[in-house]
Amino acid sequence: MKILIVDDFSTMRRIIKNLLRDLGYNNTQEADDGLTALPMLKGGGFDFLVTDWNMPGMQGIDLLREVRADADLASLPVLMVTAEQKREQIVEAAEAGVNGYIVKPFTAQTLKEKIDKIFERIEAGG
Amino acid sequence: MASDTQESPAELNFAQDGDILTHAEELVLALKQGDSERASALLDYISSARDSGLYNEVGKMARQLHDAMDNFCRETRIDELAEEEIPDARVRLRHVIDMTQKSADKSLTAVENTLPKCDSLSARIDELGSSWQHFKKREMSVEQFRALSKQLETFFVEAEKDTSDIRNGLNDIMMAQDFQDLTGQIITRVIELVEEVEGNLVELVRLTGERMNQGDEKKVEKSAIDAEGPQVPGVAAGNAVNGQDEVDDLLSSLGF
Repeated sequence: MKILIVDDFSTMRRIIKNLLRDLGYNNTQEADDGLTALPMLKGGGFDFLVTDWNMPGMQGIDLLREVRADADLASLPVLMVTAEQKREQIVEAAEAGVNGYIVKPFTAQTLKEKIDKIFERIEAGG
Repeated sequence: MASDTQESPAELNFAQDGDILTHAEELVLALKQGDSERASALLDYISSARDSGLYNEVGKMARQLHDAMDNFCRETRIDELAEEEIPDARVRLRHVIDMTQKSADKSLTAVENTLPKCDSLSARIDELGSSWQHFKKREMSVEQFRALSKQLETFFVEAEKDTSDIRNGLNDIMMAQDFQDLTGQIITRVIELVEEVEGNLVELVRLTGERMNQGDEKKVEKSAIDAEGPQVPGVAAGNAVNGQDEVDDLLSSLGF
């Protein structure tokens, strides 16, 4: 499975990359904001998107909207991993079609649970 | 003042040193009598008297404000703050970002180098453990025992090197934490600067008076979903959730 990790801080990208590797996902690529991520996603081949919210250029919520608006990407599972934790923001992300929402700081266990849940739901056709 | 440019009221025979009320009464009388010329001159006079009072007041206020600002600048080193210390604080805070970035990179590199060694050590221990069980159960030929013996010898040498590498990696992670002390000191100094600037701003608001209070209504409305960055303990969090459990509860209430 090919995963794109989008975060403006390289440290967080490395942490997520390492956690994903521990979970058996070795094929990851990185982007530092939505503007960089979108062409990579449109280039094709990604099965999963993990994105931060607060980034310069294009924010994660806008990247999510762009993904959902693109016919080829509309069904791409998106997990948001962010320090943004206002109720309005979580509701907004849900309405924009996010598949999972993790607030920072998070644990490896939380990441595993959310990813498992996303794929369980997709396999169940939900 | 204004009376210099107008027709002199003196020519219309009324006293210029009386108060406004007297002139107003005269104005009413002139209007009643239909003396429009006199009424108009009286109106001009009253108006110019009021204007000159206003100009004087504004002038006085401008002078007071100028003096107050002069004193303010002398007493608060506002120039120094604006020209040197705030740009300096910006550089310091960027340095904090650099230091935390370097520290995180150093730690992550150490972890990335150490984890495979732990995994490989664990795999070799499993393998040797299984061979050892065969040996104990006398399920091993002499040839196999010789191979095990050789494996063990290699393992002892490699394990010593690997554990030493793991120790070095852990030491690197420990040393990478030195940023906390340094960034703490820098941030403390920036907090002191912010406090000083805050004090000065309060003083400035006091000097400029109540007019500043009316500015409250003009506060730019922030959208509820604008990105705010990490929640900081003690800073008003608004309508924020408290941890992942509340995020999960909220999402499940939305059908997730």
